[in-house]
Amino acid sequence: MSKGVLFDATKCIGCRACQVACKSWNENRSEDTANRGTAENPPHLSADTWTKMRFTEIEGKDGFQWVFTKLQCMHCEHPACATACIVGAFEKTKEGAVVYDAKKCIGCRYCMVACPFGVPAFEWDRPIPYIRKCTFCFDRLKGGMAPSCATACPSGALSFGDRAELLAEAKRRIETAPARYVPHVYGEKEAGGTCWLYISSVPFESVGFPKLGPERMSVFSDPLMHAVPPVAVVVAGLMTGIYWFSKRREKIAAHEDISEEKE
Amino acid sequence: MKESRRSLTAGTMILIALASIGFFVAVYRFIYGLGAITNLSDGRPWGFWISFDLYCGVALASGGFTMAAIFYIFCRRKYHDLVRPAIMTAFLGYILVVFALLIDLGQPWRIWHAIIFWNINSPLFEVAWCVMLYSSVLALEFSPAVFERLQWKVPLRLIRRIQIPLVIGGIVLSTGHQSSLGTMLTLMHDKVHPLWFSPMLPVHFFISALSVGLAMVIFEASLSAKAFNHDVDVNVLGGLGRMVPWVLGPYLIARVIDVIFRGNFGLAFTAFPQNLLWWLEILGGVVLPIVLFSMPGVRKSKSKLFWSALIVVLGLMLNRFNVSLFILEGRPGYSYWPHWMEIAISAGLFSAALLTMQLANRYLPVYHLGPTDDAA
Ligand code: SF4
Ligand code: SF4
Ligand code: SF4
Repeated sequence: MSKGVLFDATKCIGCRACQVACKSWNENRSEDTANRGTAENPPHLSADTWTKMRFTEIEGKDGFQWVFTKLQCMHCEHPACATACIVGAFEKTKEGAVVYDAKKCIGCRYCMVACPFGVPAFEWDRPIPYIRKCTFCFDRLKGGMAPSCATACPSGALSFGDRAELLAEAKRRIETAPARYVPHVYGEKEAGGTCWLYISSVPFESVGFPKLGPERMSVFSDPLMHAVPPVAVVVAGLMTGIYWFSKRREKIAAHEDISEEKE
Repeated sequence: MKESRRSLTAGTMILIALASIGFFVAVYRFIYGLGAITNLSDGRPWGFWISFDLYCGVALASGGFTMAAIFYIFCRRKYHDLVRPAIMTAFLGYILVVFALLIDLGQPWRIWHAIIFWNINSPLFEVAWCVMLYSSVLALEFSPAVFERLQWKVPLRLIRRIQIPLVIGGIVLSTGHQSSLGTMLTLMHDKVHPLWFSPMLPVHFFISALSVGLAMVIFEASLSAKAFNHDVDVNVLGGLGRMVPWVLGPYLIARVIDVIFRGNFGLAFTAFPQNLLWWLEILGGVVLPIVLFSMPGVRKSKSKLFWSALIVVLGLMLNRFNVSLFILEGRPGYSYWPHWMEIAISAGLFSAALLTMQLANRYLPVYHLGPTDDAA
């Protein structure tokens, strides 16, 4: 049964306990931060920051408001990173987590370019670099524990559970309080669906979430890759045929000229 | 001989200097990591190297398989003299691509992982395999030049025996990776601008690679004729030029119909500034060369052929830079401009390739493709 996490933006108070919990569980380095005129820091996900809160100031239904959204790997149902990876370093586990095998990675960074949510990060400052991203706390997940960030959340904004149940719960919340939410569970369908789901009081584009269709990212590349072997056979056959034909024409022409140009 | 010694002083010295700078930058990169010599970031993980060395490099090296097909498969014997130089430049081109990738990869010493860890769904996996195999094919195709020089009869005879299967294999592999570079981009259908995006990208890539293959052969043959003082028949180059519109024409139709069919043609007028790049690419890089190469006057003049070929080359480079960098959306909040050391790496590799080419031209029978008859 695929696990998931539901993030309810209307319950989030922006305390960033999850951000801290993630760092401490995964023993990630802290980052040097600068005042950029917002309480949001650091500016982006990175090799050391696998989750972060985004603070958006927005005109909502009831005037000005803060909206907090948690960013991390979405643990896609059809992960683009896994399709992209040249050596198959990403695996979609049965628990739902998309995990990375550092032993395979060659550092081509195609996964980073391909991910529609801008998640995988690279260790730019290291001579032996790896890709780093949220693991869904796979080490905890395997032992039946909730992810570190979800455990740390004090306001109930993060709920961990079975994806299917969380999806039903998300819809239930929207249904019971339609004034409180926009009718959209982000992650239900986006890019083929994700294990992490979001509900919010404002449209997701307005908090910088990418607008994605319901098709998986590999919707075009999969059939194209499957076409490779037949195309190869056709090209080989065609070339052989053309060679045979033009060689024959050449021989006839040479014969007519009786000009022996061989060797 | 006097000629070549004179060229050693000026041009060659610059090339040696550039190659050395590139070498030291590469050493620096392996000590301090990619971040130290590039402006790449999590928001723009692929930059100048991928666009220039991989995307342009592979396409510009397509002269090898294009000429091999024309000469060996279509049996157009008048292009005899152009085959071996084209194969040599292609071979050097692929070596250059591979070296650039060795710099670009985070852990290049693991490049062999692509051989043991398979992901058959990854377009990059296919590109890697094809580039690897095709480089070997090119090495074999070029090896007779070395064997002739060394007067090794047996391997020479062996290669000649497998010449045609080798050429066909090369064409299949080239079709595979030239187009898969386009397939790679289809995985980012959310980020490639709709004026360029299409599930037909691999087809666009393949056809444009063919056109630039022809143009590169014209371009290089004219250049090396000047540099190494030998003659090329304008009829031969003109013959290649005549083929260009037959390739670029279908390409133009494919590109334009695609945009119209997908309902995005309006963007050509509204999507500023991407639309400027699109028009420049279509009008300057495709329509203009079609017109030029269709004019008999152009096909009869060496210098006009040269300049027209250059336009095709530049148009293709613009296309590859567009799709892999300019109109490929990065993550929000990041910007990218190549670091000078990124450019120094590419310039260094390019200079090294030119130097090698110079040496090869001096010591190997590049311009005398020996008896080519095949036993097949
Ligand atoms: S969000 Fe990105 S990194 Fe995470 S599973 Fe999806 S494609 Fe992979
Ligand atoms: S950087 Fe590593 S994990 Fe990402 S696609 Fe390349 S090999 Fe795979
Ligand atoms: S699931 Fe684990 S790794 Fe992912 S953001 Fe939460 S704490 Fe970090």
